[in-house]
Amino acid sequence: MILKEIIELLDGDILAGKEHLDKQLDKSGASDLMSDILAGLSENCVLLTGLTSVQTIRTAIIAGVGAIVFVRGKTPSDEIIKIAEQNGIPLISTPFSMFVSCGRLHARGITGLDGSR
Amino acid sequence: MAVLKKEFHIHKNDFFRAGEASISIKNLLKALGIRPQIIRRVAICGYEGEMNVVMHGGDGKIIVEICPESILLLITDNGSGIPDIPLAMTKGYSTATEKYREMGFGAGMGLPNMKKNADSFAIDSVVGEGTNVRMGFSLTSKKE
Ligand SMILES: Nc1ncnc2c1ncn2[C@@H]1O[C@H](COP(=O)(O)OP(=O)(O)OP(=O)(O)O)[C@@H](O)[C@H]1O
Ligand SMILES: [Mg+2]
Repeated sequence: MILKEIIELLDGDILAGKEHLDKQLDKSGASDLMSDILAGLSENCVLLTGLTSVQTIRTAIIAGVGAIVFVRGKTPSDEIIKIAEQNGIPLISTPFSMFVSCGRLHARGITGLDGSR
Repeated sequence: MAVLKKEFHIHKNDFFRAGEASISIKNLLKALGIRPQIIRRVAICGYEGEMNVVMHGGDGKIIVEICPESILLLITDNGSGIPDIPLAMTKGYSTATEKYREMGFGAGMGLPNMKKNADSFAIDSVVGEGTNVRMGFSLTSKKE
């Protein structure tokens, strides 16, 4: 699926990375634990999280995450948006909960980090 | 002999900047044309170590040495040290404070993840003096 489709599916707003709407993203991980991202197969994944601290974007850069979705309508600070723009990581905000966001992506064929469904 | 050596300073509880050193190292390795699989492992190890210095250690630094066949990371701090290293290396063991748990840290996975991602890993620590973590990465390693 491409980023643009993910945004539509999640009724999301794009906060950073508008130039990456055609980016291909096929797996996702949902977590509020940085170690799940750093120890997992998180390269080019969609990271669903409720955490908007500056360490979320730093962790995503280090792990090579493909895009971040903030659930429950959370929006990160301007500083985080700036870091995301500089590092080419798209940021999305969705009004849906973590559970519903995962369900919507899973129903459309997005896999877990390890490729499982 | 290191072809290139760089040093970055890290400060206790400076969580706002924590991770910047490791991101700089990642960008440096990218500019040097190192293989992406190796860059990712070095960046993860540097970042876990950098966060540990900020969260648990003291003031310190992260030194990266790029050699013809390997990359070395040395992360040192002058913090309180680790009283029981085997315990600290155990998956799930953490003394992280509530503040860092709220940022998503404190799962007790950092040191085990560093050991897993590096081709060589050594840690030594003296209580009251500080901690050194040394990691090596072979540029010819097939590890993913
Ligand atoms: N540089 C350090 N100085 C002092 N203590 C340390 C240092 N690094 C690690 N420790 C101790 O070892 C424990 C385990 O470290 P580890 O990185 O595995 O987990 P964590 O940092 O607590 O959580 P996580 O890395 O999953 O966010 C820490 O909670 C801390 O007690
Ligand atoms: Mg840690």
